[in-house]
Amino acid sequence: MGEIMDLYVADDILRRQRAVERALAIDHVSKYFGGPSRLHLPWQKPKKRVTAVDDITLEVQRGEIYGVLGANGSGKSTLIRLIATLLFPDAGTIEVFGLDVMKQAGQVRRLLNRVSVEASLFKKLSAMENLIYAARLYSVDAAVARRDIVRILGQLGIPEARVRQPVEKMSRGMQQKVAIARALLTSPVVLLLDEPTTGLDPRSKKDVQRFILELREQHDATVLLTSHDMDEADALCDRLAILHKGRIVVEGTPLELKEAHANQHGTGPLPSLEDVFMDVTGRSLADDEEGGEEE
Amino acid sequence: MIAQVPIWREMKASYAFVERNVHLSKRYWGWELAFLVYTIAQSASVVYIADAAPSVTKHSFDSHYFVLYLAIGALTWSYMAGLFQAIAESVQWERWEGTIEYSMMAPIHILTYILGSCLFGVVYGLARTAGVLVALTIMFHIDANSAGFLPALLIVVVGSVSFVGIGIMAATLPLLFTEKGAQMTYVIEACLLLISGVYYPVSVLPGWVQAISHLSPATYILRGIRDVLLGQPTASEVVGAVVPLAIIGVITVPLGIWMFVRAEHFAKRTGRLKRAG
Repeated sequence: MGEIMDLYVADDILRRQRAVERALAIDHVSKYFGGPSRLHLPWQKPKKRVTAVDDITLEVQRGEIYGVLGANGSGKSTLIRLIATLLFPDAGTIEVFGLDVMKQAGQVRRLLNRVSVEASLFKKLSAMENLIYAARLYSVDAAVARRDIVRILGQLGIPEARVRQPVEKMSRGMQQKVAIARALLTSPVVLLLDEPTTGLDPRSKKDVQRFILELREQHDATVLLTSHDMDEADALCDRLAILHKGRIVVEGTPLELKEAHANQHGTGPLPSLEDVFMDVTGRSLADDEEGGEEE
Repeated sequence: MIAQVPIWREMKASYAFVERNVHLSKRYWGWELAFLVYTIAQSASVVYIADAAPSVTKHSFDSHYFVLYLAIGALTWSYMAGLFQAIAESVQWERWEGTIEYSMMAPIHILTYILGSCLFGVVYGLARTAGVLVALTIMFHIDANSAGFLPALLIVVVGSVSFVGIGIMAATLPLLFTEKGAQMTYVIEACLLLISGVYYPVSVLPGWVQAISHLSPATYILRGIRDVLLGQPTASEVVGAVVPLAIIGVITVPLGIWMFVRAEHFAKRTGRLKRAG
């Protein structure tokens, strides 16, 4: 009897350890927008239901940089918002370090932060004022935050002299760096990066990419990154998934995906990630930019 | 380091909203000044009606009481409108700046978000009203019964709580209607102005509007303040204003919070938190 109990205990410890190592567990998650409303007036056209995320299942391990690639409207941003507790899933469950995003939203929010494609800052406020606001919301001591803000922005290439200037006077790249600093200031264990380098100049892009890698190395952070930039995904991500019309069409390490593509199309040089993307989605990134739709 | 007690942590977090909005008001000082001028002009225009009443009606009478009556209405409304707008526009403002998702995904209780917006609303309403009071005092030599100041303050404090409840209810509109929700809050404000007897006694309104006016906290705030500042304040007058205000507050604040939480859930279910496009 005691032996069986020991086995149960051992199994429980193992299960917990696995849960801790598993930073993110997305299980059969779907999200729809639109569809018939409860209050439907006779002159209104019934709204079509759009499937933004369609039965997605994936796991991200602690310390991993996991990439989600997809065209506009493929469901990347919706997926990020579902994890960030900004949207409720219509089906499935999402866990962050074993915590359910619906049932334990408050605890989940303490663990994560997000950087989106827009900097989303109060434009009239300075970087310092924006970041102190964020720090207070995350219970970071204001005095400590003031020191950290100068340090983090400095590491991102923003001189101290610019820290107290209104954000509206900064370039788009600098604003995005302030947004990244806002996320880092709260020491998230899971960082959701939704196309963080889109629209940045090459130098700013490099700075941000370098910082993402440092974040993982020095702070043991887990990163979920969505990107349009195949080279960026190739260079940064340990594993990645390609999303098409809300579904994961392929998943693996960048090398695995390229090798699978090469094997499928005969021998030859290893293809680029963009070749893989075009093959599995049936469209190029140029198509994506021309025919982009709202996500 | 002592671990922060959650309630103290939430209280400190609510200060983030006050500090942020104070910074924003400073940065938009030109607009704030323009809006103060607008409020003063609007209030003075109303009070001048009392000043002009003897010549308009061609009846000679001491218009001092009438001036005070309208000035109290203008000042009280300036405060209540400032408080109401600061709360009701909190969501719309964040949506316009594009920051709403970041505030809503912060590890704070939704009550903290509401409390922070309300605290700033009180500060903002008081500051704006102080400006209007100074201007009206200079223009009309207003001299109210100083014995009524403390009872009036008590009525304003209790009344603010019940008004906050309505402000929170109004703040749900931009969450429910991403495009026109903010404009709908002005409709509520205008209806409150009409039914609450801001510039006239409620008794002049049609019977059915008078019945509705009992639901507005502004009715009791205005009646109470006028009673204590224009006459000799009695305990029964103060109690007569404070009790209904407290009852309305006990109902509207939890109801407002409940509605806000429901609206937040609706926005998160339907993807309306952030307006796309």
